[in-house]
Amino acid sequence: MSVFSEVPQAAPVAVFKLTQDFSNDQFPRKVNLGVGAYRTDEGQPWVLPVVKKVEKIIVQDDGLNHEYLPILGLPEFRSSASKIALGDVGAVQCLGGTGALKMGAEFLRRFYNGNNNTKTPVYVSAPTWENHNAVFTNAGFEDVRPYKYWDAEKRGLDLAGFLGDLESCPEHSIFVLHACAHNPTGTDPTQDQWMQIADVMMRRKLFVFFDSAYQGFASGSLEKDAWAVRYFVSMGFEMFCAQSFSKNFGLYNNLKRIMSQMEKIVRTTWSNPPSQGARIVAITLNSPELFSEWKDNVKTMADRVLLMRAQLKAKLQALGDTRDLGAHHGADRHVQLHRTEP
Amino acid sequence: MALLKSNKFIYCLGNISPSLGVLSTRNSSWWGGVQMGPPDPILGVSEAFKRDSNPKKMNLGVGAYRDDQGKPFVLSCVRKAEAIIAEKQLDKEYLAIGGLAEFNKSCAQLALGENSEVLKSGRNITVQTISGTGSLRIGANFLSRFHGGPRDVYLPKPSWGNHTPIFRDAGMQLKAYRYYDPSNCGFDFKGALDDISKIPEQSVIMLHACAHNPTGVDPRPEQWKEISELVKKRNLLVFFDMAYQGFASGDIDRDAWAVRYFIEQGHNVLLSQSFAKNMGLYGERVGGFTVVCKDAEEAKRVESQLKILIRPIYSNPPMNGARIAATILNSPDLRSLWLEEVHGMANRIIKMREQLVAGLKKEGSTHNWQHVIDQIGMFCFTGLKPGQVERLTGEFSVYMTKDGRISMAGVTSGNVGYLASAIHAVTK
Repeated sequence: MSVFSEVPQAAPVAVFKLTQDFSNDQFPRKVNLGVGAYRTDEGQPWVLPVVKKVEKIIVQDDGLNHEYLPILGLPEFRSSASKIALGDVGAVQCLGGTGALKMGAEFLRRFYNGNNNTKTPVYVSAPTWENHNAVFTNAGFEDVRPYKYWDAEKRGLDLAGFLGDLESCPEHSIFVLHACAHNPTGTDPTQDQWMQIADVMMRRKLFVFFDSAYQGFASGSLEKDAWAVRYFVSMGFEMFCAQSFSKNFGLYNNLKRIMSQMEKIVRTTWSNPPSQGARIVAITLNSPELFSEWKDNVKTMADRVLLMRAQLKAKLQALGDTRDLGAHHGADRHVQLHRTEP
Repeated sequence: MALLKSNKFIYCLGNISPSLGVLSTRNSSWWGGVQMGPPDPILGVSEAFKRDSNPKKMNLGVGAYRDDQGKPFVLSCVRKAEAIIAEKQLDKEYLAIGGLAEFNKSCAQLALGENSEVLKSGRNITVQTISGTGSLRIGANFLSRFHGGPRDVYLPKPSWGNHTPIFRDAGMQLKAYRYYDPSNCGFDFKGALDDISKIPEQSVIMLHACAHNPTGVDPRPEQWKEISELVKKRNLLVFFDMAYQGFASGDIDRDAWAVRYFIEQGHNVLLSQSFAKNMGLYGERVGGFTVVCKDAEEAKRVESQLKILIRPIYSNPPMNGARIAATILNSPDLRSLWLEEVHGMANRIIKMREQLVAGLKKEGSTHNWQHVIDQIGMFCFTGLKPGQVERLTGEFSVYMTKDGRISMAGVTSGNVGYLASAIHAVTK
């Protein structure tokens, strides 16, 4: 009698199954618009030239080894990576954006709004990245709910709905905000709208948790894409920010006590983070030339994506499609296709 | 009259409080109630060591291998593998949730043996994990979600310090079975059997496959056989932690013997593997988690659930270390070189054990230090008491964990004499 005979087959993770199906498809003109990984104009993955350069530097450096990093990660990485989003803050290196969200969620469940208060509502946008729900649920939160965000009819931000939810939610609720290039809608609040959102959140004592996965991708400018996060910081919020492209979890307010508790959470999840990626990022961000080259590489990617948006719109219009697809940012385009359309 | 007065009073208060409200939001903190967490007992030792300015200081805390100059050792097979990988100009796309397929296959093969019936019938699922810790955590989470038996995980007494919080954070409860015998610094075989015989059916029992951490005390093959029989009788679910395959005896097959024996005996085990020590890939976080299932169909179901577990923790694992490990395991030349280098590391440790005991004898110590030689792997449970450990650190700048565990990897031919004199000084 097997101990696991009752284990049910789980549904595959949708976006990865999509990629698998794409691989298996024999149609010569197939297109994969699923997983959020950048592709060149030839449809190929792109290793940034600056990354290749830095990897060579690392390989040739005999002084480097494979020893454990500290629990909270590579120091040069922590300081430089969080700086480009938030300015001078406390940071923890994590396993990707997911790992950063996970660490933040685990910390909040243990220490926010009392101790182990699993009933604190966690609000995620409707719609949002499909993994957000599971991250917070698995961290122990019992009440993960949607906040109004995407207005399907007008194909834009439902600001009134969003603000309404902010006004009516329980105090101290946690809100997961997308710093820029909202996934999946590609629709971001304007600066003015962010100011309104911040106002309500401050007044109603709501907790700010930014997910910043595309800094640089939305507009092509790191600074511009960091505006919302920095604005909230300047307003005096104590907040969390999970950064994904540079794999960093940025924590505003460098409190020793918070870090000591973070260490405990990290220790029982992965002990200490992987070194390779952190080294590449740290070297890049800490060298003025490489940093500059990196910003150019990011702009290249953002520009190509913006160009594709414009060309898609033009071609659709040429085919007689006059729908206003709205203004969207970053890699995601929320196009409403009915299931019957081929 | 009085009423009017009081109305005015309240009105003034009404004016003041809104601004107070704003001030209190800005000055108060969400985290006022967060206590300072205790430093990690093992990793904290390294930090204290770094701050010490004594030129003779020794770090015998963390279990990271050092060469005879006390330096981190990057294996040649690793450097060679890195060069091969760099040459290939591979991309940096996400790995699958379960990790790099070539790595998973060779990782399982390394543990179970090439001719394993389990591998042939495809009834194992092996996923790449964030080294040993990540593997244990995924296993713990899996048990927590799917194990129908008791919530209790039985650890040997003592066990690696991080086992307890890992299982606890995953929602399991911890119990212990006797293991270490302080009276002879050896294996308490009778005590272990006695305790195991009382463990409720279907509970989870954790076994260290080889080079027990922290004691370095391993059961002999005949003892493993009896343990296997008893565990079968009690119908317990076995979870092997194998962090030192190759490191214990220098021979990877010998070190995996217990795992393979248990599987042959019909135990469908859970297994955590780490490549931190045996490939020196500490910071790259390379590990594997295996579930040996009833058949291939069950393995598929379990695999799908492992992915669901992993996705909200870190989505998919880091590629660099797994590529290195896979390259080494799958290239005959590199694999041979690796086996030589592992053998070399294990031998240096064994030599240091012998030299330490010889040194203690030379100092005139009358204690029985045989256990230092009998114990195996990176660690030695010296038998030193907390007070003695404190003196060793305070007076001699020899850093170790409070339980008297020393990492033999931190001992070199250059400092073994100093260590012997320090230990003698606090124990004579």
